[in-house]
Amino acid sequence: MARIIVVTSGKGGVGKTTSSAAISTGLAQRGNKTVVIDFDIGLRNLDLIMGCERRVVYDFVNVINGEANLNQALIKDKRVENLFILPASQTRDKDALTREGVDVVIGKLKEMGFDYIVCDSPAGIETGALMALYFADEAIVTTNPEVSSVRDSDRILGILASKSRRAELGLEPIKEHLLLTRYAPTRVNRGDMLSVQDVQEILAIPLLGVIPESQAVLRASNSGEPVILDAESDAGQAYDDAVARLLGEKRDFRFLEEEKKGFFTRLFGS
Amino acid sequence: MADRGNELKGSSFTLSVLHLVDIDLGQIKELLESKIAQAPRFFNCAPLVVNVEQLEIVPDFEQLRALIEGQDMVLVGITGAKDEAMKVAAKAAGLAVMTSGRPVESQPEPKAPVVEQRSESQALVPTRFHHGNVRSGQQIYAQGSALVILGSVSNGAEVIADDSIHIYGVLRGRALAGARGNGQARIICQGLEAELVSIAGTYQVRDALPDASLDQETQIRLEQDKLIFERLQS
Repeated sequence: MARIIVVTSGKGGVGKTTSSAAISTGLAQRGNKTVVIDFDIGLRNLDLIMGCERRVVYDFVNVINGEANLNQALIKDKRVENLFILPASQTRDKDALTREGVDVVIGKLKEMGFDYIVCDSPAGIETGALMALYFADEAIVTTNPEVSSVRDSDRILGILASKSRRAELGLEPIKEHLLLTRYAPTRVNRGDMLSVQDVQEILAIPLLGVIPESQAVLRASNSGEPVILDAESDAGQAYDDAVARLLGEKRDFRFLEEEKKGFFTRLFGS
Repeated sequence: MADRGNELKGSSFTLSVLHLVDIDLGQIKELLESKIAQAPRFFNCAPLVVNVEQLEIVPDFEQLRALIEGQDMVLVGITGAKDEAMKVAAKAAGLAVMTSGRPVESQPEPKAPVVEQRSESQALVPTRFHHGNVRSGQQIYAQGSALVILGSVSNGAEVIADDSIHIYGVLRGRALAGARGNGQARIICQGLEAELVSIAGTYQVRDALPDASLDQETQIRLEQDKLIFERLQS
């Protein structure tokens, strides 16, 4: 049975799309047939991050409107086996998404034998975000270690618990995971940034991963390679840990402490 | 999945109950008129239940209904029916036979029919429990009762109760106890970082909270229109 995972946050710019790309790639790398859907209609970014923007012909809205079938719209990733992207429409607006339409598409993806359906949510708490989370079985709440992001994540957690399909039907609630992104231990120690403990105390949901603030993320975005493929980078490794935990593996948390600078880096900078 | 059908759900309502000791229609009419004159909007189309507990004989429900409808109220049912004949007659008249949530106390020497608004002091409303955190943007109102939160109340969340509020976690949002004026209500929390606390309309915002109470297990109560913050001793 397919598991539907929404990557959400409330606030914009915290790393939802980067995380969606990395996590879906990680799931596929481990042999799971995975599709990642861009729900950000009108501001599509996922295809850029996944490096397939030049291969987009049909999109999610075309499929919902019956202008194309799923097989025409799904883009097969060239690097990782079992990974597919369903891009958003750039030209429509968020009202093009209907609950019935999304339901039909998700139903078809399930029939096609996908193990994981990753929904990349737009920011905010409007239609697009509500559609992305409505059918979810699990939610990855992406949060930056700063107060406004934590507040918005808290709001989203309230919505997950009240406006999702599982909540409306009185089923077992959505399984919530906290993914802390852009974490900089140095700034935490200086008191400029909330610590993992601070955020967890407020949100009180299990921690899936802590992704360090990293040059690798920007580099990966610009080159259209999900950062998890950069296995040398700290962010790539942190995402790999997060995917492993999502699949039930136990892994210690890394990159929580300030890196001890060696003599040379201290002298010449990094 | 997406198309949701009709549903049957439980809900509770506050109803006006007309306690009858005899069936003096003239007197009942007078009583209703005087009550309606006090709050015409409140009683317009309001549902009304008749308590027949103290009636010796089965009244003519059709007549009673006509009288009540003449006052722009709606007779919805009876309560306190002691014998079958009463229930049968009520059902025949299309009225619901209701049992009161609390034992109906019999008045020893009733003199006249009394219209009574059920007030929270008379009915025992069970405490409302909320499991887990109350998230930003959520609002919980315990109408007519106390509220227990088994978790924290986030910034931007609001918890309201007509009686006391107990929070087994940190209060970061707003808490309003005694929302309908009960000055005896209290707010108790394991950590105080509230945006606002209020008891029976007397409130204080975060900036006005005593520094000594912040982040402490605190009890807040109202004394002579002032909020008193006390650290909980264990």
